[in-house]
Amino acid sequence: MSADKFSNPVVRWIDHRLPIFSFMDHELNEYPTPKNLNYFWNFGSLAGVSLVIMIVTGIVLAMSYTPHVDHAFQSVERIMRDVNHGWLLRYIHMNGASFFFIVVFIHIFRGLYYGSYKAPRELLWILGVLILLLMMATAFMGYVLPWGQMSFWGATVITNLFSAIPFIGDSIVTMLWGGFSVDNPTLNRFFALHYLMPFLIVGVVILHLVALHRFGSNNPIGIDPSGPQDTVPFHPYYTIKDFFGLSVFLSLFAAAIFFFPNFMGHPDNYIPANPMQTPAHIVPEWYFLPFYAILRAVPDKLGGVLAMFGAIAVLFILPWLDRSPIRSGNFRPIFRIFFWVFLADCIALGYLGGMPAEGIYVVLSRVATAWYFLHFLVILPLLSVIETPKPLPQSLSKSVLGGTAMAGAASAVKEKM
Amino acid sequence: MVKKNTEKKGSREIQQGRRDFIVVASYAMAGIGAAAVAWPLIDQMNPAADTLALASIEVDISKIEVGQAITVKWRGKPVFIKHRTEGEINSAQSVELSQLKDPQSDVERVINPKFLVMVGVCTHLGCVPLGQKTGEIRGEYNGWFCPCHGSHYDSSGRIRKGPAPLNLEIPPYQFASNSLIKIG
Repeated sequence: MSADKFSNPVVRWIDHRLPIFSFMDHELNEYPTPKNLNYFWNFGSLAGVSLVIMIVTGIVLAMSYTPHVDHAFQSVERIMRDVNHGWLLRYIHMNGASFFFIVVFIHIFRGLYYGSYKAPRELLWILGVLILLLMMATAFMGYVLPWGQMSFWGATVITNLFSAIPFIGDSIVTMLWGGFSVDNPTLNRFFALHYLMPFLIVGVVILHLVALHRFGSNNPIGIDPSGPQDTVPFHPYYTIKDFFGLSVFLSLFAAAIFFFPNFMGHPDNYIPANPMQTPAHIVPEWYFLPFYAILRAVPDKLGGVLAMFGAIAVLFILPWLDRSPIRSGNFRPIFRIFFWVFLADCIALGYLGGMPAEGIYVVLSRVATAWYFLHFLVILPLLSVIETPKPLPQSLSKSVLGGTAMAGAASAVKEKM
Repeated sequence: MVKKNTEKKGSREIQQGRRDFIVVASYAMAGIGAAAVAWPLIDQMNPAADTLALASIEVDISKIEVGQAITVKWRGKPVFIKHRTEGEINSAQSVELSQLKDPQSDVERVINPKFLVMVGVCTHLGCVPLGQKTGEIRGEYNGWFCPCHGSHYDSSGRIRKGPAPLNLEIPPYQFASNSLIKIG
């Protein structure tokens, strides 16, 4: 690699000593990317943009927020009414969390369908699951900060999960609270951690990108590019595609912020926290509902907590549960059916998590929870053995251009360009 | 053949011009968008509506004896209100403007010469000058003295000696009645 490719002498001088420009050129410009990526491959960059939006709005909100039980709720209302553009910044941050999760969930299901977790991308996948865990912790603690009723009782319920741990559970919960109930010390430390964790996420995201660029993106066909004819440079092809996707995403995001800012929130959180009274029906934020349904489905305290964390933990070992060498679901006829059933199961869990824990909902939650684990622990390992995949295309180019018959036309197109 | 080539080249130049226009227009729109996004992020640091709402106060001055001074808080800063003696008024009015670093007559600095109202923040680097309480150092001109870097103010709060560049600031105020002033 030579520094001569930069015409600007200052850039050349710096790059010779600190090759950041070569690095950016290599990773963002010439970076060879499979030429058949569909729009599901936009969601990684959208997640990155969401993270930046959350950090930027979060830092400015922290300038007007007071982490004290007597002032937190009022300071948030002051942001909404008195701080310049405070309503906008808070609504961006509040809805940003939901949009971040929407994007990340689509990103995860993309990976599940196209087998993006398979060799050699296992660590890439594991880092991604780690990011999801950090996001969940960050979102949970952020939801506590406005110190409304849902904040308070959400914090109480979630921290009490740790009391299920045998012998030391109660001591751990007391330590998390910094007292004998969720109170001012809890709010203070949650604010400190809520500010810290996004930067931990940035760190893991960087590792995620390093791991991604080691072998490059997976693609809808799931076979490796066989050479330069199967790839295009990242810029301008995917920068433009990502920017187009981003503008669609931002349009929807803006629509939510300006027209339905409280649609994904809960009205009870506009009631100041009251440690003496629990709201009649408490539910977590929508993105936690599937996990909440799993927690409630198990009629045992420790069992429920283990099942809930297990639902995430099972994702860590997914690369070793699905042993099929075929990555893309496009070429796995049976897997493909089970994938859609699994997606439906997750949506059902989300719906059930929002329903009261009684009657038919409990039964359905148990069925859906059982299916969730059945999918990972039985169906996927079994499919890897019994399923006969469809024949794979010989190369990405052939799959895109429709085989040899189109090869001539393709080269003609190339000449024109 | 030659003619055809030049025609082609011409249309390509037009194409290039159009593309440049699209690129420049796109960058301009992106720049405007970025500025529009950046503004709320920056402007949120300016005083909020509730902070601005606290920007005026009312002070009862009927209890201030001649020669006495009180300090009130306005916008987070001390405001000096001094009920001046005849001697202090006379010495403040008799100073030649040519002797002043920041020339301003005493009449310009007061509404009622008996009451001097000014922001008690040194115009050098923002310390609070001494001279409000009895026994405090009042500087060489019998007014106020800033202990931080040695600025001397006279009985009209004008800078006479030391590093401060300007006289002590007069806040906007008015007499709501003979005994009540409204600052801000």
